[in-house]
Amino acid sequence: LKIPPQEMPAQEPDVRKNNVEEVALGYTEEEARLEAMRCIQCKNAPCVEGCPVRINIKDFVGAIADGDDQKAMEIIQQNQLLAAVCGRVCPQEIQCQAKCTVGLRYKDPTMAVSIGRLERFVADKFLDNDMTPKIAPETGKKVAVVGSGPGGIVVAGECRRAGHDVTIFEAFHKPGGVMVYGIPEFRLPKALVQKEIDKLIKMGVKLECNFLVGRTRTVKQLMNEDGFQAVYIGVGAGLPKFMNIEGEQLVGVYSANEYLTRANLMKAYDFGKGADTPIARSKKVAVFGGGNVAMDSARTALRLGAEEVYLIYRRSEAEMPARIEEIHHAKEEGVKFLILQNPKRILGDDKARVRAVECLRYELGEPDDSGRRRPVPIEGSEFEIEVDTAIVAIGNGANPLLQQTTPGLKFNKWGNIEVDDNCKTSIEGVYAGGDIVLGAATVILAMGQGRIAAQSINEYLKSG
Amino acid sequence: MPHKIVNKNQLSENVYRIEVEAANIASARKPGQFVIVGISTEYSERIPLTIAGADADKGTITLIFQAVGKSTAEMANLEVGDSIDNIVGPLGQPTHIEKFGTVVCVGGGIGNAPLLPIAKGLKEAGNKIISIIGARTKELIILEDEFKAISDELTVVTDDGSYGRKALVTEPLKEVCSRGEKPALAVAIGPTPMMKFCCLTTKEFDVPTVVSLNTIMIDGTGMCGGCRVEVGGETKFVCVDGPEFDGHKVNFDLMMKRMNAYKDLEQEALDKYKEHRCKIGLDK
Ligand SMILES: Cc1cc2nc3c(=O)[nH]c(=O)nc-3n(C[C@H](O)[C@H](O)[C@H](O)COP(=O)(O)OP(=O)(O)OC[C@H]3O[C@@H](n4cnc5c(N)ncnc54)[C@H](O)[C@@H]3O)c2cc1C
Ligand SMILES: Cc1cc2nc3c(=O)[nH]c(=O)nc-3n(C[C@H](O)[C@H](O)[C@H](O)COP(=O)(O)OP(=O)(O)OC[C@H]3O[C@@H](n4cnc5c(N)ncnc54)[C@H](O)[C@@H]3O)c2cc1C
Ligand code: SF4
Ligand code: SF4
Ligand code: FES
Repeated sequence: LKIPPQEMPAQEPDVRKNNVEEVALGYTEEEARLEAMRCIQCKNAPCVEGCPVRINIKDFVGAIADGDDQKAMEIIQQNQLLAAVCGRVCPQEIQCQAKCTVGLRYKDPTMAVSIGRLERFVADKFLDNDMTPKIAPETGKKVAVVGSGPGGIVVAGECRRAGHDVTIFEAFHKPGGVMVYGIPEFRLPKALVQKEIDKLIKMGVKLECNFLVGRTRTVKQLMNEDGFQAVYIGVGAGLPKFMNIEGEQLVGVYSANEYLTRANLMKAYDFGKGADTPIARSKKVAVFGGGNVAMDSARTALRLGAEEVYLIYRRSEAEMPARIEEIHHAKEEGVKFLILQNPKRILGDDKARVRAVECLRYELGEPDDSGRRRPVPIEGSEFEIEVDTAIVAIGNGANPLLQQTTPGLKFNKWGNIEVDDNCKTSIEGVYAGGDIVLGAATVILAMGQGRIAAQSINEYLKSG
Repeated sequence: MPHKIVNKNQLSENVYRIEVEAANIASARKPGQFVIVGISTEYSERIPLTIAGADADKGTITLIFQAVGKSTAEMANLEVGDSIDNIVGPLGQPTHIEKFGTVVCVGGGIGNAPLLPIAKGLKEAGNKIISIIGARTKELIILEDEFKAISDELTVVTDDGSYGRKALVTEPLKEVCSRGEKPALAVAIGPTPMMKFCCLTTKEFDVPTVVSLNTIMIDGTGMCGGCRVEVGGETKFVCVDGPEFDGHKVNFDLMMKRMNAYKDLEQEALDKYKEHRCKIGLDK
């Protein structure tokens, strides 16, 4: 326990806010070895329980400490298909690392073994190695995967491995889901996601982009007319929430989804240098929210040239749902945090362009249902902040398209698909997982459900 | 999967009709629906275009578009045999088609393209169709023959009187509404100000009016909210709740302002594109 936690090298804040390249650069061999040696190889390995897909953390970290990265990779791959992705974007501090004995001993989660960084280190090292899994003999059975997010990718891989004929249907022109259109390049390079997709294609998975299930074909048509015996629905939580305050229709008000899609998927940061999709040339930007989506929006705005970016959040910093590392990076880059404040309305000029936001100050009151102290507005505390752009990043609800076009499929009152423990829906042969089931969740949870769904599908097709 | 252009012709100075391969869409589409087109995958903008017609047997759809900015100008330069990388659809709610009685269909400029399949569908459902089509000037009148074929009555107007009657579409619209037998429905599609004034006209006569909105879009699936408009005081997404709405409830003024959000940047992109094409000597 004498080795201090190894920091991960990163681009300098002043440099990185002017480019879209990845911020965190990854461990060197030596740093990884040292970090891995901080693991005390607990007998009961509590960290494993913190990981939604139960990676055998203790053993893979042990393997790195021993200098056997190949073995570490093999251990990770038993449970995890997207290690390079999850090592980067998992909220480790509330998952695996929250349970780590070392962190607990110091009563400081940032002192825990950096499991995510080590996972990334190993995954990156073997990124170009061809480890295409073996495929079972063709079964002649067809599986449709709707949506190419992390859940869909896992299902496609696992069902193909079982020898089924798998097609992914994706509404966008590029596969990858939120990992491609939402999470920015500087946090998750798109090339990594593309590698995973390439691997699927090599395994023989078919990919149909520009295919909106519910409109191009319905789930019923896929099953009754196109011969798919099983369907996995992993369409994510694609419905932006707005705040329903005055001024939200003004020019310059974006949902985070729109802002990030323009910037990431459509590469608006290259507008004028090839890309055709424009985005506001903002000077002063207000972002509403405190999660990963809000951090990503704020940091993207900086990279698009904004001089000042305010992050406005109505609770206190301790309650922010964003990953600690992202909050830290955002601050380093100069995002101004306005906590315990919330917009009351957005003000426009005579051309209906955003001119300012009017905010209210809040204080923390009694704990609410979520156990967090409820923010209460302080009356008469209104004040204005001058901005030209406002980005609403308060979360996503469920997109209603499949609900409208799939009779017989059961949804809960929030519009999320209802599934049992095996990710089976109310329709025979139809399974679902990820954000459309869980509400806006995480990459690793979507993958976890994808695994369960794939197992159920493979089981179902055996008997069917 | 690339979509090959199998047919192309020019309808007026800046308006083109192309027929492209898109089998899934051709068989699934209904009047009133649209597609989103991206010419190439890496950098192209996603632009919404109404499905102006489809041939399910051939597996093709017809798009009619006006070259107004960079992406549409680029598309206008594609020829038969060239391909468009991405087309997704059909998107949006289909037009509600039933037998209403007499329907007046009003189209302005490029709006005639999205109007045609709707008018056709209404005709096939047994409605009497009174069509009013207009444009700024003679050269910009498109699809006149197609409208003639499906209309019980057709009036053509131009702003400058170079063809048909010299009037704005709202004039004949008003006359039709004031006749003894009032139309049961009006459908108005065209530039936003035109739709706004058509709605003001029909409102006077209490003629229910459907408009098809052409807001800025990205995904077309309800994910980004960029296409939001205010209808009856509520926020609606044109791509999933529309594109057609009760015109008497649409907040057109706000919509027009939102549509100008990228004016400067769009002009910049178009200028650059034109300059580039001139340099490499492709422009006529
Ligand atoms: C900005 C942002 C930052 C985030 N940061 C993190 C983070 O740091 N760490 C983390 O763990 N999680 C993060 N998340 C959450 C995480 O990305 C999601 O929980 C996860 O991607 C959900 O996966 P999914 O399998 O449900 O599919 P999604 O990734 O949501 O993908 C669904 C796909 O389905 C497609 N689709 C939708 N409807 C249809 C249809 N009808 N037909 C065909 N295709 C359709 C969509 O186009 C999309 O590609 C973030 C989310 C956002 C928006
Ligand atoms: C549902 C729907 C159906 C449409 N059908 C047709 C059609 O059948 N024929 C046709 O010619 N046009 C149609 N449009 C409009 C067409 O999408 C735009 O003209 C096109 O996107 C302009 O792209 P650009 O790059 O060439 O021009 P830009 O330089 O980007 O813009 C020029 C003008 O087009 C508007 N515009 C820009 N981007 C978009 C966008 N993504 N969506 C909508 N408008 C935009 C701008 O407000 C501007 O006034 C439709 C729009 C919608 C929403
Ligand atoms: S997948 Fe996520 S939770 Fe699991 S070990 Fe890796 S970083 Fe931790
Ligand atoms: S809990 Fe921490 S120290 Fe213990 S085995 Fe897991 S990573 Fe190592
Ligand atoms: S275009 Fe994105 S929600 Fe309508």
